[in-house]
Amino acid sequence: MLTIGLSHYLTVAGILFTLGVFGIFLNRKNVIIIMMSIELILLAVNINFVAFSHFLADLNGQIFTMFVLTVAAAEAAIGLAIVVVFFRNRGTIAVEDVNRMKG
Amino acid sequence: MIEGLVFYLFAAITVASGVMVVSSRNPVYSVLWLILAFFNAAGLFLLLGAEFLAMVLVIVYVGAVAVLFLFVVMLLDINYLRLREGFMQYLPTGALVGAILVAELLMVYGGWKFADQAPLSVATRTPDPTAVSNTDALGRLLYTDYAFLFQAAGLILLVAMIGTIMLTHRTRSGVRKQVISKQNARTKETSVEIRKVTSGGGI
Repeated sequence: MLTIGLSHYLTVAGILFTLGVFGIFLNRKNVIIIMMSIELILLAVNINFVAFSHFLADLNGQIFTMFVLTVAAAEAAIGLAIVVVFFRNRGTIAVEDVNRMKG
Repeated sequence: MIEGLVFYLFAAITVASGVMVVSSRNPVYSVLWLILAFFNAAGLFLLLGAEFLAMVLVIVYVGAVAVLFLFVVMLLDINYLRLREGFMQYLPTGALVGAILVAELLMVYGGWKFADQAPLSVATRTPDPTAVSNTDALGRLLYTDYAFLFQAAGLILLVAMIGTIMLTHRTRSGVRKQVISKQNARTKETSVEIRKVTSGGGI
């Protein structure tokens, strides 16, 4: 129980991933919380990468984690910029109000 | 022994703050819980020997991304309670999907074993941490094998930066901006006028 193996880390990552998906379901109207849920999902992926990197003694997993971090930061910045612009134009960020492009 | 206890501490706090992120009533609290989750995930990284990534996680995520979230949440004047309508309505479906997902993931992860050939596929062995530090080893790999991908990552950040500025920048009316060329083009004739003022008359 107290010797920590790969499964333990994978379990934590799996629970975090599920929490992220759950958060997207739960807060379907609030874009900002949906984006935070995406961050949680990416964090779970990063934990998986680092855990495998550690237990396989392969350094490449950590490099990939760094790239995931980069993309996540870029995604958060652009996503939040879109939210700010949308709020400026429409005065709301509720997901169901985002229907301008509906045919 | 100690490592196990520390792992359970970090893991429990990470998962608990993850729960609070998705279920918190106020998005500001959500961001704060997210910061706690990142800190504890950084602790997990430390346990795994990825010191550099742990520090990067704290600096990039807590220092930049989470603060960005906090900034936007506080910047927008929104009634967040209205956005929570239907929270209970979506709860059963979300809980069901989540339960199925976590059960399946745990089934896959529970008895994970590496294949016998798995160590043969290792591309770059992690060097002995007593000889080469984690940061050193990562840097040696990143700037040689992954130099092009590293540049591409930088390019992604540049695109994100330009895109964000383009999206949010606007020319506002009614703002008096400094136009340097106009200032430099002013001459004595256009800006200074000498008038004779009669006493008591004013201009």
